[in-house]
Amino acid sequence: MTAAERDAGTGNEALNGAEVLLRVLDEEGVEVIFGYPGGAVLPIYDALFQQDRIRHVLVRHEQAAVHAAEAYARSTGKVGVVLVTSGPGATNAVTGLVDALMDSIPLVCLSGQVPTKLIGNDAFQEADTTGITRPATKHNYLVREPGTLAQTVREAFEVARSGRPGPVLVDLPKDITVGKAPLTKPALSRLQRLRHQGGPDAEAIARTLEAMKTAKRPLFYTGGGIINSGPEASDLLRRLARKTGFPVTSTLMGLGAFPSPDPQFLGMLGMHGSVEANMATHGCDLLIALGSRFDDRVTGRVDAFSPNSFKVHADIDPSQIDKIVPVDVRIEGDVRDTLEALLEAWGDTPAPDLSTWWNQIASWRSVDGFGFTQDMTPSAVIRPQHAVRRLYELAKETGRDTFVSTEVGQHQMWAAQHFQFDKPNRWLTSGGLGTMGYGLPAAVGAQVAHPDALVIDIAGEASTLMNIQELGTIAQYRLPVKIFILNNHYMGMVRQWQELLHGSRYSQSYSEALPDFVKLAEAFHATGMRATHVGELDDVIRRMLEHDGPVVADICVAEGENCYPMIPSGAAHNQMLLGPDQDSEAAGLTEEGKMLV
Amino acid sequence: MTETIQNSVISVLIEDESGALARVVGLFSGRGYNIESLTVALVDAEQKLSRITVLTSGTPMVIQQIKAQLKRLIPVHDVCDLTEEGPYVGRELALVKIVSSGEHRTEALRIADSFRARPVDTTATSFVFELTGSPEKIDAFIELMRPLGLAEVSRTGIAAIGRGPSVFHLNKEPV
Repeated sequence: MTAAERDAGTGNEALNGAEVLLRVLDEEGVEVIFGYPGGAVLPIYDALFQQDRIRHVLVRHEQAAVHAAEAYARSTGKVGVVLVTSGPGATNAVTGLVDALMDSIPLVCLSGQVPTKLIGNDAFQEADTTGITRPATKHNYLVREPGTLAQTVREAFEVARSGRPGPVLVDLPKDITVGKAPLTKPALSRLQRLRHQGGPDAEAIARTLEAMKTAKRPLFYTGGGIINSGPEASDLLRRLARKTGFPVTSTLMGLGAFPSPDPQFLGMLGMHGSVEANMATHGCDLLIALGSRFDDRVTGRVDAFSPNSFKVHADIDPSQIDKIVPVDVRIEGDVRDTLEALLEAWGDTPAPDLSTWWNQIASWRSVDGFGFTQDMTPSAVIRPQHAVRRLYELAKETGRDTFVSTEVGQHQMWAAQHFQFDKPNRWLTSGGLGTMGYGLPAAVGAQVAHPDALVIDIAGEASTLMNIQELGTIAQYRLPVKIFILNNHYMGMVRQWQELLHGSRYSQSYSEALPDFVKLAEAFHATGMRATHVGELDDVIRRMLEHDGPVVADICVAEGENCYPMIPSGAAHNQMLLGPDQDSEAAGLTEEGKMLV
Repeated sequence: MTETIQNSVISVLIEDESGALARVVGLFSGRGYNIESLTVALVDAEQKLSRITVLTSGTPMVIQQIKAQLKRLIPVHDVCDLTEEGPYVGRELALVKIVSSGEHRTEALRIADSFRARPVDTTATSFVFELTGSPEKIDAFIELMRPLGLAEVSRTGIAAIGRGPSVFHLNKEPV
């Protein structure tokens, strides 16, 4: 529909449910939908066809629609929207929904459903979608009455973006979208009770301030909550860190909230975090968790986690506080408000003298846990860390706004370790669920949201094959995405665990019968490139970055490389494996740890 | 954590809508929390609110988690830990069928009387007793009836409410 037609609408004209749905999406500011058609959503696709306000991006698999919408949401701060059909359309979306749930990504997934009269009859392409997705979403709805359609969709957006964001599914039976439905006026939200009332608790802020003023070894431990809270929260974090002089470490999901090249930044903490971040977490006397959730990849052995620190935990979701690690001060609320309150409370207090602490951190930093040696003989094998580092350096030279997505595994950790971010919302990765196949569709979503930006999927050859069909989407929409595959012919992280924990028995982790990625790229109308030796690497990266279309770069890297440092499951932060030569038992690698994931 | 396991009676006010109970039950099973008993019924037709009473157990940290996780559910209006909030009355209703004759029958009636259990169905060879009280009282009754022809038991699980004038759900916002 055109704007003029819209304006002519009195709100009383007879619209069908699909048209009402699109009107509400428009009201909610939706510009793009990622989806895939099918029988139960044909009325919605018909309504989409007859309007030009909302764009539809046709993916090649529903899981990819959700990941693309996640990256769209994560990189813009808006709610991502997905449209799938009933039955397999909805079940294919489930992995993406759980991924968004784990990483707190605001999404609305619209799924088709068989007509209300057929629900429960095992109709063609029927699935109990609300039943299946109940634990996969923040909330879900089945619209049974046309009169509730508009308000339900509005409420879905409110739930998705309010509090701790998350995915919401609205199941739409076909008779609801085909039949007439009223475009009801927005009603007073029944969800006001869910909103956090007022700012952070004043007493909690006062106790935190007191601890901050007396701490000798303080540390900010920041997470994805800072990103979700918006760029202002990142800005406030930077200001608070400057004023206090405290070191900052971040979770995987929080990267970019604080500039990674900054000397006050200790790098990521946790299983594959930096030596200085993990040792500082272990040794600090004040740990201030901001929008992070003490995930097991962060804490390692819980009873040995940061054993001597006074702990403060600020989170918008009260259920995250005292869930894993008991804390001394709990601050409930939006981390932006907490940061603002802390900044105000700190006022003009001069930064305390933390030189002893910083000297200690410097000595840990000198270990250079991310260090590696690349043989620069042109015919030498490429080490994956070197490939990521060169990618970062050469991408930086372009001066372009750069978004990086990843798949899941070793390459993801190397990307987190070696690619630097100085802005929030540029780093798109599957943290909580660890979904292989996330990165390629995520790059689609990020490029759709930022058509002029440089979007790179740092991939592994195994992960990327899980959603490789999205090369079709990339071709259709001429998205100049760069897929940078660190190809080591192994499911690298599986291989690494098998080497360290299962006697080097590489059960099913070799990537047998790989496609020729250069030819694969060409088959999908993209440009394929390959670097087999270090002498070719920079040239391939440069050509990839310069090319104005999609590129698949097959970077053949060392097959047996492990990702270090590593805190083995069940070990403490001061028991890191630093490299292949270290005695693994001394590093906390135990039989007990083998039980853990 | 070497903390002790405690029992808790938790009351939940939840919108009476399709799937609401499944969300609560799914939360308990999905996160591995215990349900010793669970009752649910509509308590406010005007506001369409149901009240769920869950008897659960766990360490204090787990009980805190259960409450916090329940509060995250969108249809949940309020959560109250009756065990923590102070004294409460917890009552369960049981229907107990005894099939017996002769002396056992007389003895069953005598015990029922001392428990203030009421026969709500009587035939020449059977009784159905209705009994209300704490779960412990009902357990004791069932144990005594076992040798006297105990045939079938149906229990509701406890419904609970705080003692005294204080009220659990005072804030009546628009629903």
